[in-house]
Amino acid sequence: MILYCALPDKRNLATDMNLTLADVQKIAHLARISVTPAQTEEVRIKLTGIFALIAQMQAVDTRGVEPMAHAQDVSLSLRDDRVTESDQREKFQKIAPQVENGLYLVPKVIE
Amino acid sequence: MHRHTLAELARLLAARQISSLELTRHLLERARSLNPRLNAFITLDEDKTLAQASAADARLARGEGAALTGIPVAHKDIFLADGWRTTCGSHMLENFVAPYDSFVIERFNDAGAVNLGKTNMDEFAMGSSNETSYFGPVRNPWDEARVPGGSSGGSAAAVAARVSPGATGTDTGGSIRQPAALTGICGLKPTYGVCSRWGMIAFASSLDQAGPLARSAEDCALLLNVMAGHDARDSTSVARPPEDYRRELAKPLAGLRVGLPKEYFGDGVAADVARAVQGAIEELQHLGAHMVEISLPNVKLSVPVYYVIAPAEASSNLSRFDGVRYGHRAGDYGDLNDLYCQSRAEGFGAEVKRRILIGTYVLSHGYYDAYYLQALKVRRLIADDHARAFGEVDVILGATAPSTAFRLGDKTDDPVQMYLNDIFTIAAPLAGLPAMSVPCGFGDTGLPVGLHLVGNYFEEARLLNLAHQYQLATDWHRRAPKGFGD
Repeated sequence: MILYCALPDKRNLATDMNLTLADVQKIAHLARISVTPAQTEEVRIKLTGIFALIAQMQAVDTRGVEPMAHAQDVSLSLRDDRVTESDQREKFQKIAPQVENGLYLVPKVIE
Repeated sequence: MHRHTLAELARLLAARQISSLELTRHLLERARSLNPRLNAFITLDEDKTLAQASAADARLARGEGAALTGIPVAHKDIFLADGWRTTCGSHMLENFVAPYDSFVIERFNDAGAVNLGKTNMDEFAMGSSNETSYFGPVRNPWDEARVPGGSSGGSAAAVAARVSPGATGTDTGGSIRQPAALTGICGLKPTYGVCSRWGMIAFASSLDQAGPLARSAEDCALLLNVMAGHDARDSTSVARPPEDYRRELAKPLAGLRVGLPKEYFGDGVAADVARAVQGAIEELQHLGAHMVEISLPNVKLSVPVYYVIAPAEASSNLSRFDGVRYGHRAGDYGDLNDLYCQSRAEGFGAEVKRRILIGTYVLSHGYYDAYYLQALKVRRLIADDHARAFGEVDVILGATAPSTAFRLGDKTDDPVQMYLNDIFTIAAPLAGLPAMSVPCGFGDTGLPVGLHLVGNYFEEARLLNLAHQYQLATDWHRRAPKGFGD
């Protein structure tokens, strides 16, 4: 799934906070969640309220502050480059919605 | 038997005065009969549970018992347990049977503990009231018209109702501590990295941490002794020598420096909650602790920062639910993209979808710096505030939640009001610090109040020490909700 992707509309939503119905549909598309036209307005109102809360942290002067991506400033550990997993395809495919001959079935993607 | 604390039951089992099978049967019966009222469990599996109890009795008979051998423990339905349905409170995983054990479950299995059942929770741990669960809300044993808190609300209600002597939970912004406070029990969120996240369904990976819920600090220590440990399968699991979290329980509190952040004692706390916390402060002074006024100037930004970082990580983590490899697939769809969009729209509830949308937005091109990067920088400021405070004090104290348990339905229409329940608990996971909630009295309507304690990194034993000494001097933790204590 694409999570880092350009929104076509370049208005600065960070300052005006007023999401439009079209914005909601764009975000929903990026998130691969269907939002029906009837639901869009309610989603827009709730998200606008949450972004108004989030706006409180945007006014803070953070020049020169190192971003903290993680609670620990330790380097990740490495392991030996060798196979440790056994083949469990059957076990894992038993919980899949649709499989055939060991393959996950999805709608045709190439015509 | 259900009136005993976990530590007491462990002694009775070790002395062979009771068997695990009789204890487990009794608690299973209690779980079954109370579940229509409390809805604390999503899945009970009598055969699996009793088989573990029998195995525990055999192990005890061989003289090979460990501290928790034969003790029934309820597990939040976020922990994968091999062969158990594991739903995470979601329609998306309604029929998902876990193909392997999470680290936490492995540890309890190795200890010979008994899996009593899988507890209800807010969907994907996103909620503060247990009302976002696909399986319906959990009810608070102190007042069944009220919420038990969330997201580990089923675990908290099961412990408070004397159904399970202990339970597991997970905490991302307060999901162990807030329900513990609202149900009058203890809950501990360890330092980030103490319990491996392997097999724990991910919400926000830089914040998620497993921890125990139980009636006393001593019981929490016993549970954490089992849950904690290094695990190479979680790259953020901390490699430290194992410790006995009970080792400081008996230490007197004389000389302990307790910080009272002025930001946690303002208008945002209900008067009855503030009174109970004040009573605890006086008791701790009586026990020899020194109170020091401190300031955490940036903690007021914790909620806004959290609602950028946690949804951002959630939008990434939950992208795995695509209707292809596991989980719900829509019945009706067109092309592959539509299969994703429809399966996710049907499988996720409203709150989960909201958070995925927020996260998707704050990570999208053009908004990343203004939201996500800014949130990471303010997160650093919040962590720095705590680092400075721990130069002066040993523990930071306040209220766990701004009010006692609210009514079901009171806050479901306004997500922002719901989010503000976590105003005092969110800073600790942002900084990665250990924190716990301890019962410290009752509010005006007879509902429990939680005392919130935050420690420096890896100082769980110190928090447990303070809580245990407080519990030797008070009996709040022994009070049971009406009708559940006898």
